[in-house]
Amino acid sequence: MNSSLRWRKFVSGFMLTMTGVCAVVAVSVLFLILGYLVYHGGTSISWNFFTKLPTPVGETGGGMANAILGSAKLLLLASLFGVPIGFFGAIYLAEFSGGAIAFVVRYAADLLNGVPSIVIGIFAYSLVVLPFKHFSTLAGGFALGLMMIPITLRSTEEFLRAVPSTLREGAMALGASKSRTIATVIVPAAYRGILTAILLAFARVAGETAPLLFTAFGNRFWSPGWNQPTAALPEMIYRYAIAPYDDWHRQAWAAGLVLLGLILVVNIVARGILARGIAVPRS
Amino acid sequence: MATTTTTVPSAGPVAGSRSFLSRLIEGDEIARLITFLFAASVVLITLLLVFELWQGSALARHKFGLNFFFTRVWDPIFDQFGALPFIYGTLVTSVVALAIAVPLGIGAAIFLAELAPQKISDTLQFFIDLLAAVPSVIYGLLGVFVVIPLMRQYLQPALKGTLGFLPLFQGPAYGVGFLTAGIVLAIMVIPYIISVSREILLAVPRDQREAALALGATRWESTWKVVVPFARGGIMGSIFLALARALGETMAVTMVIGNTPTISASLFSPGYSIAAVIANEFTEATGDLYLQSLIELGLVLFLLTFILNGVARLLIVATSQKGGGMGHA
Repeated sequence: MNSSLRWRKFVSGFMLTMTGVCAVVAVSVLFLILGYLVYHGGTSISWNFFTKLPTPVGETGGGMANAILGSAKLLLLASLFGVPIGFFGAIYLAEFSGGAIAFVVRYAADLLNGVPSIVIGIFAYSLVVLPFKHFSTLAGGFALGLMMIPITLRSTEEFLRAVPSTLREGAMALGASKSRTIATVIVPAAYRGILTAILLAFARVAGETAPLLFTAFGNRFWSPGWNQPTAALPEMIYRYAIAPYDDWHRQAWAAGLVLLGLILVVNIVARGILARGIAVPRS
Repeated sequence: MATTTTTVPSAGPVAGSRSFLSRLIEGDEIARLITFLFAASVVLITLLLVFELWQGSALARHKFGLNFFFTRVWDPIFDQFGALPFIYGTLVTSVVALAIAVPLGIGAAIFLAELAPQKISDTLQFFIDLLAAVPSVIYGLLGVFVVIPLMRQYLQPALKGTLGFLPLFQGPAYGVGFLTAGIVLAIMVIPYIISVSREILLAVPRDQREAALALGATRWESTWKVVVPFARGGIMGSIFLALARALGETMAVTMVIGNTPTISASLFSPGYSIAAVIANEFTEATGDLYLQSLIELGLVLFLLTFILNGVARLLIVATSQKGGGMGHA
């Protein structure tokens, strides 16, 4: 009896320690990734990286200025396309909709959210690239925007719903119309949450590579127009990492550091905005 | 605003206090219509996506039928396309990933939910959330330059030395292959398992734990025999979510799996996955049948993740309602 209790206590202590080990292992991966990127990327990053075009194969030096601009253009397009649909769709779900339609919209959004990014790429290819007969910035932005919709929509709706109904009723009691209430009371009350949702969606697609492979395609020069192929940072990391040149590998590390830095900063800022408290106390 | 309306609200018995006309003037109906259009476009886009995948693969579906899934010849020159090696590679890498990620992820989730003080748990969860935000191409980058050399020099020879009698761990150690892809995938899906499982575990009512402890269970026994079984459905849900992620993951797998359509019992062998072959060959696909076969692979991937995500959501919702109904601390 006594020895069996001791054994059970030993097992308990041992297993609980193991769960701690699991947690430490899982979290340490983040720091390993950061460490490797800072170590390899930090030594390869330079002013040229941000200002120069890629050099021809065999020549060292050069940078990824075109990919940085390309990523910025793609993300701008993606936000212009994805954020309004997500934002206004969420307002409909939270403020106007009845049961059945809301269910269908939510279901579609969740489904879209689960679609593998490479399949999003196929979709954007057949919808935008084929009709225009061009790999283009437009197609890439469309693909990334598609991926922003469900994230923005679902989280914005959550935050709108978290606004206490007393605020709604107060505005209505003062005689404000529903649209007026939404624009001047509800959305401002939930703005921190909405901003967080949009930033997280942005950070999510900023690193996406697979949907760009056959939409934006890549380009070793400045992209001449919105209807032309463009380079993007994640896509350059992929092409440079699997290429057999040492100088390209260095550039890939540098690009990885820049990309991950951007994504982590946006993530931390987004969560910081939220942690400062939603403007509305949770009733 | 009220000042713009001069009509006194006529007491409509059903439609509330305002007439349709006044709501139209105040913009409510317009706002409803506009936001409805945005919401409806989400449904439309999703339907269009399914339609495009179905339509875009018609040629391949008609020509190969079910044989598409059971033949292993992938020959663009003779227009013969069988998906078996890719399906095999996708399944094997996902199984390897889950075999590693499930125990680690659930262990970590138990620590975060049951053991760690709130502050530590929240801090660690913050890091886990950041980890989930790392893009897959970064995992691929580290896979190529860190994991592959480690596999080739240390892990694969070590496995061969100790477990080499199993067919799983035989053959030359290239570094790339099923095992490497599985390990990278495992690292990628662990954050999903942890986040969802932690939430589910935290929602288990406190009295479940207290009852077990009062009966004389040790802390581990109360966790493993009471709390975890209570949360079993939701934890299964998190595993399904992770599986859906792993099946559809493209970049990291493409960069480390070796991109060779082989079916081999050895995990050291280079392989190929559905997502990887689409990524590599889509832009080079000459000929309609070739392209449509790739789109059919995309359709397969879509259906798989659709089913898995659906099941996962059901499990998670069912489990959290079970906990929420009893009221937790």
